[in-house]
Amino acid sequence: MATVTLRNIHKSYGDNEVIKGVDLDIDDREFVVFVGPSGCGKSTLLRMIAGLEDITAGELLVDGERMNEVPPDKRGLAMVFQTYALYPHMSVAENMAFSLRLAGMSKAKRWERAKEVARTLQLEPLLDRKPKALSGGQRQRVAIGRALVRNPRVFLFDEPLSNLDAALRVQMRLELSSLHDSLQSTMIYVTHDQVEAMTLADKIVVLQGGVVEQVGSPLELYHHPNNLFVAGFIGSPKMNFLPVMTTGVQDSGTNVRLPGDAVVTVPVQPKMLMVGDRATLGIRPEHLRIDANNPTVMGEVLVVERLGGETYLYVKIAGGDTFIVQADGDSRAKVRDHVPIYIDGHLCHLFNADGLAVPQAERHHLTLSTPEVSQTQASHQTYAQHPQSSQTD
Amino acid sequence: MAASVVSRPQQKTTAPAGLLVAPAIIALVLWMVVPLAMAIWFACQRYNLLSPDNREFVGVQNFVYVLTDSSLWISIGITLMLVMSVLVITIGLGTLLAVLFNQEFAGRGVARVLAISPFFVMPTVSALIWKNMLMHPVNGLFAQVTRGLGLGAIDWFADLPLLAIIIIVSWQWLPFALLILLTSIQSLDTDQMEAARMDGANALALFRFVVLPHLSRAIAVVAMIETIFFLAIFAEIFVTTAGGPGLATTNLAYYIYLKALLEFDVGGASAGGLIAVVLANIIAIFLMRSVARNLDT
Repeated sequence: MATVTLRNIHKSYGDNEVIKGVDLDIDDREFVVFVGPSGCGKSTLLRMIAGLEDITAGELLVDGERMNEVPPDKRGLAMVFQTYALYPHMSVAENMAFSLRLAGMSKAKRWERAKEVARTLQLEPLLDRKPKALSGGQRQRVAIGRALVRNPRVFLFDEPLSNLDAALRVQMRLELSSLHDSLQSTMIYVTHDQVEAMTLADKIVVLQGGVVEQVGSPLELYHHPNNLFVAGFIGSPKMNFLPVMTTGVQDSGTNVRLPGDAVVTVPVQPKMLMVGDRATLGIRPEHLRIDANNPTVMGEVLVVERLGGETYLYVKIAGGDTFIVQADGDSRAKVRDHVPIYIDGHLCHLFNADGLAVPQAERHHLTLSTPEVSQTQASHQTYAQHPQSSQTD
Repeated sequence: MAASVVSRPQQKTTAPAGLLVAPAIIALVLWMVVPLAMAIWFACQRYNLLSPDNREFVGVQNFVYVLTDSSLWISIGITLMLVMSVLVITIGLGTLLAVLFNQEFAGRGVARVLAISPFFVMPTVSALIWKNMLMHPVNGLFAQVTRGLGLGAIDWFADLPLLAIIIIVSWQWLPFALLILLTSIQSLDTDQMEAARMDGANALALFRFVVLPHLSRAIAVVAMIETIFFLAIFAEIFVTTAGGPGLATTNLAYYIYLKALLEFDVGGASAGGLIAVVLANIIAIFLMRSVARNLDT
């Protein structure tokens, strides 16, 4: 049961402003992921919520209560660190029960609680071990257990999976997802890995240079990016961009001319671009097709990356730009082949000269049901109380 | 299975390897065994430099004489007292200062250098400074201050000689403890501190549950190294109290010095030296075991 609200949060180190005014509403039981390139301020923002960094200006509310001056342990939050930050001289059980020990709980009681949490995390056989005798995944689980023991209102995760190997990361990701499902508590998660963000999040917050670029559900960000940065950041391989010229504006769509003189009609809302305006066309590699019957542009293959299931072709198209095309795993394309590429206007994005997206005429059908969450969302919703309590009580 | 696989090639290489390490082993044997054998040899002689011709083999008589000498036991007691007190003072204060010097404050670099500098003063010089400039009952700074406050003066080396020695040695060795403990504290993971803060630890709990356990290894190392040096404190005593008044500051090293160079009793001094070796070994075994256990975890 917890909502977190950020009101115009700023953080400066001396004259260096790293967080430049963040407004955010996090609903109860929501899994929110902060994502962005290194140095974008996502970890700083999380640490400010945790209370490990002072808030220079603005207001942080948890359940409607101002938290700016409340010390970290009194905020009712628990944090899982990237380095796990386990106490090396304590056993797993002592690690998990440390906060209870500091709170003055009796030994029998806190032992009971540690055991209970260990059971849910399959840590029971390891309770007497020291952290150095554990594998990376087990340490991670102990760190999560240490957070669980405290029964926090909000869980904070600071890149918790980045020290694990790829296979374990996928497994822990699934475990985290089911943990969130069973606990039904609010979680804030920082990562630079967009796959983690896409798979775990109810809501993704894309940050860049201390500013929120966009807030929304994973598919919203994928299908309706607000601007060039979000469009390029979400999706892998990243979206292809191409400078285009507007040649016609109709109600059904806007015609743009590609550098190779091909014309594509993109169904965006009319009147946003004028004829003659410069714009950027964006299309994801997975939306481009090799199609000999209906070629929009021709291109020369520069590099072929075969992943088995799919093949990435790096194609130089007329006008000199390079496209990444996701082709079938069975694609026979070779380097220096000339391939016909079909660009479907319905799958394209248009960005104006300022890099802002031109709204699409129709929203993607998967993003229709979710209410649009934007950084200017009215705050009254945040305070709504939910009837269910978390299951950890 | 694994052991046999490992041991076979080792057996093969034994002969040439033995040859190759021989120079080192021979040097070590000469270095350690020869002086030890000489000490044992002299300990079994009646050999006084005042009558060097009157020299004969007397077996364990020197040991019987030294071990029944009450001043030996007094000096052993004083040695242990000196070692323990200085260890407690340097490690206790060293830990506190290390925590302090780890905080951010203006002029921290300069302060650190100043705090560590007593270690660079040689023992004789620092003992002279303490004796003549600080603890002297007439000219000393302490006496002038206390007298200025109307409290009279303490004649440190007459009234509290052992405490005076303990203070001097502690002053010299505090920087060493500080240096080692400070570097250890700097290697403490900040995430751990932050995790503990989120777990509700205040400054005291942080120190008790995070910093101190982290320092335990460094503390063990400091204790071991310091003990080795404290067992052999000599210059400070020689310069200030010369073991007195009476035997109040005579430690084992000074006792051996008294035997050898004031009584010219080479046999008795050698016997005392061997007893010191045994004592040092007992303490060393005790220390090594606790330190090794500490290094293991």
